[in-house]
Amino acid sequence: MGRVVVEVMPKPEILDPQGKAVVGALPRLGFTQFTSVRQGKRFELEVEGDVTPEVLAAAQAAAETLLSNPIIEDVVRVADVEADAAGTITSAGLA
Amino acid sequence: MTAADPTVQAASPAPRPRLDTVENAASTPDETQPYAELGLKPDEYERIREILGRRPTAAELAMYSVMWSEHCSYKSSKVHLRKFGERVTEEMKQHLLVGIGENAGVVDIGDGWAVTFKVESHNHPSFVEPYQGAATGVGGIVRDIISMGARPVAVMDQLRFGAVDNPDTARVVHGVVSGVGGYGNSLGLPNVGGELVFDASYQGNPLVNALCVGVLRHEDIHLANASGVGNKVILFGARTGGDGIGGASILASETFEDGVPAKRPSVQVGDPFMEKVLIECCLELFSADVVEGIQDLGAAGISCATSELASNGEGGMHVDLDSVLLRDPSLNAGEILMSESQERMMAVVRPEKLEEFLAITAKWDVETSVIGEVNDSGRLTIDHHGQRIVDVDPRTVAHEGPVYHRPYARPAWQDELNASTTASLARPESADELRATALRLLASPNLASKSWVTDQYDRFVQGNTALAQPDDGGVVRVDESTNLGVALATDANGRYAKLDPRAGAALALAEAYRNVAVTGATPMAVTDCLNFGSPENPDSMWQLVEAIEGLADACQELGVPVTGGNVSLYNETGEPGRIDSAIHPTPVVGVLGVLDDVRTATASGWQSAGLRVLLLGATADELDGSAWADVEHQHLGGLPPRVDLAAEKALASVLVAARGDGLAAAAHDLSEGGLAQALLEASLRFGVGVRVSLDGVTQRDGVSPFVALFSETTARALVAVDPAREAELVAAAEVAGVPVVALGETGGDAVVVESAAGGFDIALDEAREAFEGTLPRIFG
Amino acid sequence: MTAVAPETLDGARVGVITFPGTLDDRDAARAVRLAGGTPVALWHADADLHGVDAVVIPGGFSYGDYLRAGAISRFAPAMGSVADAAQGGMPVLGICNGFQILTEAHLLPGSMVKNDHLQFICREQPLVVENASTAWTNQFEAGQRITIPLKNQDGQYVADERTLDELEGEGRVVFRYDGWNPNGSRRDIAGITNERGNVVGLMPHPEHAVEPGFGPAGKAGVRTGTDGLTFFTSVLAALVKA
Repeated sequence: MGRVVVEVMPKPEILDPQGKAVVGALPRLGFTQFTSVRQGKRFELEVEGDVTPEVLAAAQAAAETLLSNPIIEDVVRVADVEADAAGTITSAGLA
Repeated sequence: MTAADPTVQAASPAPRPRLDTVENAASTPDETQPYAELGLKPDEYERIREILGRRPTAAELAMYSVMWSEHCSYKSSKVHLRKFGERVTEEMKQHLLVGIGENAGVVDIGDGWAVTFKVESHNHPSFVEPYQGAATGVGGIVRDIISMGARPVAVMDQLRFGAVDNPDTARVVHGVVSGVGGYGNSLGLPNVGGELVFDASYQGNPLVNALCVGVLRHEDIHLANASGVGNKVILFGARTGGDGIGGASILASETFEDGVPAKRPSVQVGDPFMEKVLIECCLELFSADVVEGIQDLGAAGISCATSELASNGEGGMHVDLDSVLLRDPSLNAGEILMSESQERMMAVVRPEKLEEFLAITAKWDVETSVIGEVNDSGRLTIDHHGQRIVDVDPRTVAHEGPVYHRPYARPAWQDELNASTTASLARPESADELRATALRLLASPNLASKSWVTDQYDRFVQGNTALAQPDDGGVVRVDESTNLGVALATDANGRYAKLDPRAGAALALAEAYRNVAVTGATPMAVTDCLNFGSPENPDSMWQLVEAIEGLADACQELGVPVTGGNVSLYNETGEPGRIDSAIHPTPVVGVLGVLDDVRTATASGWQSAGLRVLLLGATADELDGSAWADVEHQHLGGLPPRVDLAAEKALASVLVAARGDGLAAAAHDLSEGGLAQALLEASLRFGVGVRVSLDGVTQRDGVSPFVALFSETTARALVAVDPAREAELVAAAEVAGVPVVALGETGGDAVVVESAAGGFDIALDEAREAFEGTLPRIFG
Repeated sequence: MTAVAPETLDGARVGVITFPGTLDDRDAARAVRLAGGTPVALWHADADLHGVDAVVIPGGFSYGDYLRAGAISRFAPAMGSVADAAQGGMPVLGICNGFQILTEAHLLPGSMVKNDHLQFICREQPLVVENASTAWTNQFEAGQRITIPLKNQDGQYVADERTLDELEGEGRVVFRYDGWNPNGSRRDIAGITNERGNVVGLMPHPEHAVEPGFGPAGKAGVRTGTDGLTFFTSVLAALVKA
């Protein structure tokens, strides 16, 4: 079983009320170092078998047609989560 | 942020960006400007040059182009809209505290209370991005109401979509309904009613109108004007971003700054949380008496707010654009001036009250900046990066835009449409056929229960809602100590208006007036949203002119003045000259009425057995344009029901008196679908059936059982009354000259109809399934 | 009115907290007043509870519900004081968004997620009163059926099985949806209480059913339902006993 991760973010130029509410609350809890927050969505799409280039292409198409609203959102990531996992752990470990 | 412009982000030491200053404009008269791309006609551009005595700067061009747009200037409708004002008599004005021309009209409802209300369109944005389009439509009308100094207390939405079986319709319906709900629910405004219509003519041109009503004390009225030299001009609320200027991205290439500006979104995103905070913040500012003048920012943003405030005031205004708080620092001056970012307000404040003003906005965490000052220059001047980029007479921007006398003519197809009556259509005759027809109409999308929509809206919040959908009018309390309140209803039948726009507008008023009276409220004032096709199409323009004439005359006859509203044109995507080139002309008319005690408002259905059911008003054979013709024959032709405003007035007087005397246990107006639909709805309201005979109607009015059941003759209503008081109601109707006939009695679990055609009955369970199943089946 | 508070209760002070985005604060204050108490407006940023005897956290969309419903409000200074007071036994009622804030603040277990049908829903909601001994329900009878409005987007109550069993075992399920479950809540739970019975949270809105003419339908017809008033007379009675 493979898994594709799709991440969708509000377009940079579009108002993100969610992110705005969070960035307003952070300093009240002492987190003063964050100057901007934008809130997006993460989808996990499961497939039988491996994540082939065809599967990724289909996920990309699904992301652009259904999972995101191209008028206000961008698809920022479509990736094979297993293949990507090592990288994710590394970057988390560095942080 | 993408492509942030370093020259803008950096503090003052950075080199001055090269701007299109007033000086620069004067010295480069031959500079080519993208006026056509901004929607200005060559003669309009010439007129601007004439006014200024030079070419406009890029920023001035931006301001004039948005303010002289159809949307902001009403340039095609202005000459006709004057009729509303001209036909308001002194008597009609007696309850008007503020009339047409302000953000919304204000009506005196007694005891020092006033209400302000207005309906507005957000049609095109709702087609492009249904959720945000509808949400920001609600946001816009709510800010109009706040800017009068009122607390918003209720909303209603008037929605029209394409055919239910068109695949695009579901996209728009889902987005719009959740947008209206998502925004309105988050503001804590009860949604107390509205309209929902499906018709192929709205395919690609859905209509999303929203109405808001607000409450204030007489002394709290605020107006949009900037007076008092030295007073501060303050922008507060959300930051200014590139919202709603995607179409004007041409300006970007006009910037004299280095670097490529960010992409500009063409849709605005609403933030209902910000708006809710803004409502409470504004109300606190009003009660602290720290606001001299106030204006909401809607279409044309800062351009509109500054030029309108300045031109409504006595002097001039100077604004420093660098003080505007930006969400996107790469915006150029023209873009800042045109931005339609939501949830912003502009206030004029005395310097000595500035500190108190800022303390209140700080309490609510509302970002605020002083962006300018009122002066006595008579000019609106705007600086950016220390350079003068705008120097105009604000009146030429806000009020002295172009005025067109567009050509209009009765469409070539109109006669043929009117000649194609329903006379040749097969009519049901037997009791079985009548029964089946009634059920099919009940289940048709336009007559079916709207609960699938209205159950997604909060109708209880604020604790003042006395009636809401499915009752004929929404009723909300204004004064908790006396239970004084208002009733509101809006209506428009685009099919009627297509057949005869003049009559159609009058009929829309008549129905809204009737729906308010049915609740027992005395109708007081009118707002309208005129949704039409292109003013450049003589057919559509004729429809608009006819509708305005019809509505202005009808308002005068019923004695209810138009207090404000909105015009939405260009709802047209077909080939000009054809019968189907535009939407059905849709003059949405809202009527506001007053009730001394909203707890006694009459509901639209009977709650107990043993009540007598009377039909007020006479029935004629009027099936052209009807729901029956639509549902059963997909037919539109002939002439709409006759307008009889004298009969409406008489009917309303009986209904209002019946509520006051405690006579009406229930009352429901007759409209689309006729008596059959009204009987079914009134029975389904509380699950109590009725047994009626049509004989009294058919014999008195000389009509068939079919006509008695499905005709859409106006000025009719059902009233349920305690048998002991039936004679009182009959006498009251007779005194008022309203025909009255007893139909039967409430009770049982079916609607039972006896007539010369034989009897039939529809069990309420079966009726409920037909009525409530339709919209969830299509959209659920 | 279904119940009238004894005169001795006049003046009991019930705080109503307003957060940015709160919607039903004025309605809750009205309900307190109609029950015979004195409503006291409390501001989220003020840690001082001004000596109130009980607190209502009203409904709405505080901070837009943008992060999670109640997630930002729980950190308000006023909530810190409410948590302390609740530990000491002060009656606290969380309605809708208030319930969500109480769960985010861990004053009540579980959480609320989006309704199972994914839509906002507004209806007159029948409930069964399961526990009539809390500070906010002592004037009801166990098993009593009541109707008050329900209106929310994120109303589906969820908790792990152990927590649910514990709630059931300890009689801490205060209200259950009667008939149709309108949001997919686990075990039809509409409202719960803490061990001590002084903190109660529920999704439906008692403050919208306190006045004839404006609430849901009742036995006497349209808009006559005032079942919600009993929440507020209950707390006044609890305060007298305390």
